[in-house]
Amino acid sequence: MAHDTAHHESNIGRIWKVFFLLSVITIVEVILGIIKPAFLIETTVISMKLLNWIFIILTIWKAYYITWAFMHMEGETKGLRRSVVWTAIFLICYLIFILLTEGDYIYEVFKGGYKAWDF
Amino acid sequence: METAVTKTGTEDKIWGGGNEPLKVSYGKMMMWFFIVSDALTFSGFLAAYGFSRFKFIDSWPIADQVFNHFPFLHGVDAPMYYVALMTFILIFSSVTMVLAVDAGHHMKQKKVILYMFLTIIGGAIFVGSQAWEWKNFIKGEYGAVETKGGQILQFLDTDGHRVALKDIAIVDSHKDRTQHERKNGIWFDKEAALPTYTVEEIRAGFAKNKDLLIRTQLLTEKGEKTILSREESLRRLKADAIGVVEGANLIHNEYGTPLFANFFFFITGFHGFHVLSGVIINIIIFINVILGTYERRKNYEMVEKVGLYWHFVDLVWVFVFTFFYLV
Repeated sequence: MAHDTAHHESNIGRIWKVFFLLSVITIVEVILGIIKPAFLIETTVISMKLLNWIFIILTIWKAYYITWAFMHMEGETKGLRRSVVWTAIFLICYLIFILLTEGDYIYEVFKGGYKAWDF
Repeated sequence: METAVTKTGTEDKIWGGGNEPLKVSYGKMMMWFFIVSDALTFSGFLAAYGFSRFKFIDSWPIADQVFNHFPFLHGVDAPMYYVALMTFILIFSSVTMVLAVDAGHHMKQKKVILYMFLTIIGGAIFVGSQAWEWKNFIKGEYGAVETKGGQILQFLDTDGHRVALKDIAIVDSHKDRTQHERKNGIWFDKEAALPTYTVEEIRAGFAKNKDLLIRTQLLTEKGEKTILSREESLRRLKADAIGVVEGANLIHNEYGTPLFANFFFFITGFHGFHVLSGVIINIIIFINVILGTYERRKNYEMVEKVGLYWHFVDLVWVFVFTFFYLV
């Protein structure tokens, strides 16, 4: 077996630390979502509100902690880590890029008045 | 070491099948395979949601106006609190799961039992919460009017508070329209359930009450829904309204575009199904832990494998939470 019970250090301290971090990030997200600070909504970065970018970055940060600490990715070999993470990230980015571009194009067509929809 | 993991008896030979280039057991490797493919499935759903949202970027429903219920707080506008609570429950059950895995590494059966029990309870509470969320969404609260083009018109008073259909409608007691049931027809055919009020009743009530305004789906520059003037509201209701919507299903949705409801049902439903299967798998492993199966095997890798799945379910929820409730 890959795992021998002998070389497992107990890392309960780290588990609670990660839980604390995830909680804090979630609380920050909820507070931002309720207050919706005006300057974050008015500022637009790469055709999206700054607030939405903050939400997405915080989410990816949470995802990193869940995968690395809870799913124990940090303890796996480099090969496994890369084949899981890079594959998923590449395919997901690709998919999101195509679908969002296409969705925006259809929006422009609707807005251009070629099709009446608000009646 | 005696384990339940399949061995070929040729582990010492490089090409014998016992080689572990990535230093993980077969079972864990296959769990990672599953997780990657399932992650891509969820990404497909969320990307499709993003596609539809970008397509209707200036009229998509605002989550705060849809999910604003909290148990025992009736009529109080409480956006996000409930879903934040659900997120905490799921994250916490992930923590107890990882504690169970940790206890398993040290062969502490009692602790594994305790932590797995807490994990199962957390998962069950989460599924229950999601059912409650669905119930509120399906039932709706205020109701709205649908136009010919499938747009949704909601009602507000001059202070900007929502007004329910029942407070607007002037019920016409002489109406002879009744629900057509299967037993009454000349053919075995029935119609879809009639809404509580007709459009005429809503129109009559709206015209009488001068404080009422209409809110459309269209978003302003500031990202808020457009509120029409009194004259425009009257015109819109007279010219365009064709039906009354109460709550949401796959075809009509009082909160906005039906696509929003479709994606909500499909994505949270698919995730809820994952949580449900996770709870069931956890229960199976929990029973095995109690029976001492892993104690006899002298390793708790099975707990680790269901743990991976459970954390994955939590991981997906983090994204669903962001894209449905925050962004």
